[in-house]
Amino acid sequence: MAPENDRPTPDALLDEARNESRGKLKIFLGAYPGVGKTYSMLQAAHERRKEGLDVAVGVVETHGRAETEALLRDLEILPRVQITYRGRMFGEMNLDGLLARNPKLAIIDELAHTNVIGSRHEKRHQDVEELLAAGIDVYTTLNIQHVESLNDVITRISRIQVRETLPDKVLELASEIELVDLPPDDLIQRLRQGKVYVPEQAGRAIRNFFSKGNLTALRELAMRVAAERVDAQMVNYMRAHAIPGPWPAQDRLLVCINESPVSKRLVRTARRMAERSRIPWICVHVRTPTYDTLSEVAKGRIAEAMRLAESLEGEVVVLHAESRIVEELLAFSLKRNVTRMLIGRERRRNWSAWFRESVTQQILDKATQFEVTVISGDDTEGAKESISGGSLIPDGTPRDYVIATGAVAVATGIGVAAKYSFAFSNIALLLLIAVLLVAINYGRWPSFFASVLSFLVYDFVFTRPYYTFSIFDKSEVFTIILFLFASFIVGNLADRLRLQVAAMRTSAQRTSTLYEFSRKIAAAASLDDVLWAAVHHVASTMESSALVLLPNSENRLLIAAGYPPEDQLDMKDWGAAEWAWTNGKPAGWRSDTLPAADWLFLPLKTRRGAVGLLGVSFKQRNQPLTSEQWRLLEALVGQVAIAVERTNLASDIEEARVFTQTEQLRSALLSSVSHDLRTPLVSIIGSATSLSSYGDTLSDENRKQLVQTILDEGERLNRFVQNLLDMTRLGYGALQPKREWADMREITGRAIKQLRKVLGGRRVTLNVPETLPAIFVDPVLIEQVVANILDNAAKYTKADGRIIIEAQQVNNDLLLRITDDGPGIPPNARESVFDIFYRVRAGDGQAAGTGLGLSICRGIVEAHGGQIKAKDGPNGQGAVIEFVLPLTALPHMPDVADEIDHKKKTGKFSETADSYSGRR
Amino acid sequence: MKPQTLILVVDDEPQIRKFLRISLNAHGYGVTEAGRGEDGIRKCALETPSLVVLDLGLPDLDGLQVVRRIREWSEVPIIVLSVRATEQDKISALDHGANDYVTKPFGVGELLARVRVALRLREEALPDASDIAVGDLIIDFAQRRVRRDGADIKVTKKEFEILRLLAKNAGRVVTHQQMLREIWGPAQEDDTHYLRIYVGHLRQKLGDDSANPRYIENEPGVGYRLMA
Repeated sequence: MAPENDRPTPDALLDEARNESRGKLKIFLGAYPGVGKTYSMLQAAHERRKEGLDVAVGVVETHGRAETEALLRDLEILPRVQITYRGRMFGEMNLDGLLARNPKLAIIDELAHTNVIGSRHEKRHQDVEELLAAGIDVYTTLNIQHVESLNDVITRISRIQVRETLPDKVLELASEIELVDLPPDDLIQRLRQGKVYVPEQAGRAIRNFFSKGNLTALRELAMRVAAERVDAQMVNYMRAHAIPGPWPAQDRLLVCINESPVSKRLVRTARRMAERSRIPWICVHVRTPTYDTLSEVAKGRIAEAMRLAESLEGEVVVLHAESRIVEELLAFSLKRNVTRMLIGRERRRNWSAWFRESVTQQILDKATQFEVTVISGDDTEGAKESISGGSLIPDGTPRDYVIATGAVAVATGIGVAAKYSFAFSNIALLLLIAVLLVAINYGRWPSFFASVLSFLVYDFVFTRPYYTFSIFDKSEVFTIILFLFASFIVGNLADRLRLQVAAMRTSAQRTSTLYEFSRKIAAAASLDDVLWAAVHHVASTMESSALVLLPNSENRLLIAAGYPPEDQLDMKDWGAAEWAWTNGKPAGWRSDTLPAADWLFLPLKTRRGAVGLLGVSFKQRNQPLTSEQWRLLEALVGQVAIAVERTNLASDIEEARVFTQTEQLRSALLSSVSHDLRTPLVSIIGSATSLSSYGDTLSDENRKQLVQTILDEGERLNRFVQNLLDMTRLGYGALQPKREWADMREITGRAIKQLRKVLGGRRVTLNVPETLPAIFVDPVLIEQVVANILDNAAKYTKADGRIIIEAQQVNNDLLLRITDDGPGIPPNARESVFDIFYRVRAGDGQAAGTGLGLSICRGIVEAHGGQIKAKDGPNGQGAVIEFVLPLTALPHMPDVADEIDHKKKTGKFSETADSYSGRR
Repeated sequence: MKPQTLILVVDDEPQIRKFLRISLNAHGYGVTEAGRGEDGIRKCALETPSLVVLDLGLPDLDGLQVVRRIREWSEVPIIVLSVRATEQDKISALDHGANDYVTKPFGVGELLARVRVALRLREEALPDASDIAVGDLIIDFAQRRVRRDGADIKVTKKEFEILRLLAKNAGRVVTHQQMLREIWGPAQEDDTHYLRIYVGHLRQKLGDDSANPRYIENEPGVGYRLMA
């Protein structure tokens, strides 16, 4: 908040820019009820309407005043939405209706109003914020007593506690604050005339409230707030435009809080002081090991005070110290260039104040270079709790007390036995051990009980006269009383120790669960694994149900994982989830928005923004979360967010890697393609130009040969182009076989015919029987496969080589094998021969062609669900390429079934069959 | 002297039109050309060719539309030129009235063969011929018999129907759907596996090797053709 130099600060600029698209908020501020805020607001609304602006009224409270009602008459009023709560109907502002109506200006009364349970937001100012975000301007009214940071001041002035408070940042949202002023005398007159709405509190309180002194003080406060606001706007403007000004000195304020109830007041005071001087401020809590012994309520107070500080835009820091609180605090303050300190002084009423110098005193002694302000705690604010932790209410189950009794009894028994066997007299030690053991295991109250019991036993059994409660010896009396004190102290210490150990154990447990989670996540590879581990972990750690919502490709939220597996959320839960996702803030159970939902949704925030939502639902919904649970939940949300981001990043890296690979492949393909396209063209153009230039001078034979070359190379080019097209379609995953029932023998025959010229004089043997079952494939593609393999075989065999094509059924597949008697394929190349650029890498000197052919074969065969492989020829000579295609059962055809059976059995058709299907 | 048979060539590639013109002229056909679909339709009406060679990939009109529009007022035989792997286009064209197709790139001999068949079928369109000779087969419609070198070949009722349909269109492709529709009925139009079985049986009976067919040729994805 403090200016550092003369440049326009980015924050200020950003604020200005951001404010452009949002709706503008104008607050009609009043020091007390009855000044006429609503009236002024409605007057302004009429003005705007006359200017032609689209105005709609969201909610206005007239409190029965005729003049106000008169102003409402000409304005469009949106009907309220009725919400039932506890059997009563409440009319609340229709937020969705207003958003849908989308006026340019909305009129909304009473900004600090709390909505009834069942509304989307807890407070009306949150509704207003949503309207502003949607670009709708808002006029609203506010009484000064609702402002959060002024709350305690006003309470003290008017002696009426106002509970509906409005966070100060809402005031800062306002682009304009109009102070509706009415001098106290005029107000009192109006009061007498009955023209003022009287607050709920009746009787003496009203008289107190509307006293002239009170009203004057409130009026001054309101004026000061309005003036400060104007001042702040001016400063913002100057900062945004880098206008040099008299900036105040670079101070920084630090406020130190603890578990005392005065902390909240300290925080509010700190903010006021910082605001007034326009300096930044820090709220510090020094945490010592005794923190763990604090009661839940005390811990809650600290957390609340810190949350309040955050909401008032202070920086919140937690320092850890073993015992030297003040030293830690001062070191921090020096490091952060703190110049002013604000601390509280509570009235310590327990006996430890006699022995130890209070923290306040220490600070005053040691913090000589700071300006220290001490705020005294109010007696009425003190709680009936001992600050050193632990409640004064006895606890422990009856069983604990029974065991305590037992322990003392055992100790007594041993003592008596010892006394009689070897005149043991130091019975105190034995009893002390008993008390100690009870304290360590069962807590302070059972141990106190054991102490008292031991004391009685000591008196009764072990002091003269034995077996009476009276004592002869005066020194014995002293001993016995000392024993009682000692046992109390021991009990207390042991109990504290026990609590600390328990706290450490919980903390260690929490750390190990978090660590466990990190390990599981690190091991999880896919997003699904990560999410499953996450919800499982959250559910077991928080003892709740957990789920993760992620957006799909259309940015709609879907349940991605849940534990226990949960498919359904009801309407209000989905509503909370959608809101949390859109607004990037927690929503649902026990949050500021839609608290009636069963589930609480927290956005998973990473540096790139929110990636999803974590939802938790507890079985025990009437208990709020402890601060420990909140901390744990926040830690978990952070972890899950990081884990999700990590998998997202990992998949991004993978995509980038694939992209690079594809790029490499593409460039290699381009270079080989250009070579292979040009080569046949060379022959074609060469031959054609020869014919064209010298055709007449050539012999008939030569001319025929040239023409034949053109034809052959043209066909070769055609096959190459076809391969290329198939490769492209394979690459896009667009190779979808158009299947129909086909005959392998027929396909093979066509392939041979297609390559007749290439095969030339080679001997091709066809061992593909007609009786093979029909295959459900794309015949054009499978023909391509066979043709490519034959082409390959032809390339590698001599002009009179031998090629054998065989097919047979093997279990549920059809196998086709093509054998040639060429040089064969070396063992280490048998896999890579189906890779795209195998031949290219092998270099020149080989027959031309990109080697796309075999990789296309693999693509097509695999697209049909089959497999292709290369092997050695028989006796290690030549090469074999074979592929299998899965067989599909023929659909049942009743009238040919008999035919097929007969054919299968005999290999022939039944000569007499004359199947008349009766169909026409 | 018979008037020269006129063939209309509709293709947007001038080079293709050129070599077609040269080849068709060399075989005694007259050739008129059009480079766009609309021109093709107009010329078809004005010059009443005996046959149209139509490229399916025209710039202004879809080849299918040209077929349809010509078929609205003329039964002139149409042979379409199409690219491989567009079987659906071929089938649609044939369904809409085209008579045959040739896959680009093609040898001119193939096209000429198809042209001859189409012209012959047009001339010989006698719906009730009593028998047809195809190669060395004689298909006797009246007596429902197939004979080769005087010997009877036993075929089932359905197989005969298949053979008859193919023979009536000897040399021209008959789509699977058309065969199924005419022999089994419109409801069975998609049961190509049936057809395959029957044709397989028929081939076996005719002694036709599917790897090297003499009589019945399969055009994958499109239909069957009885080789004439």
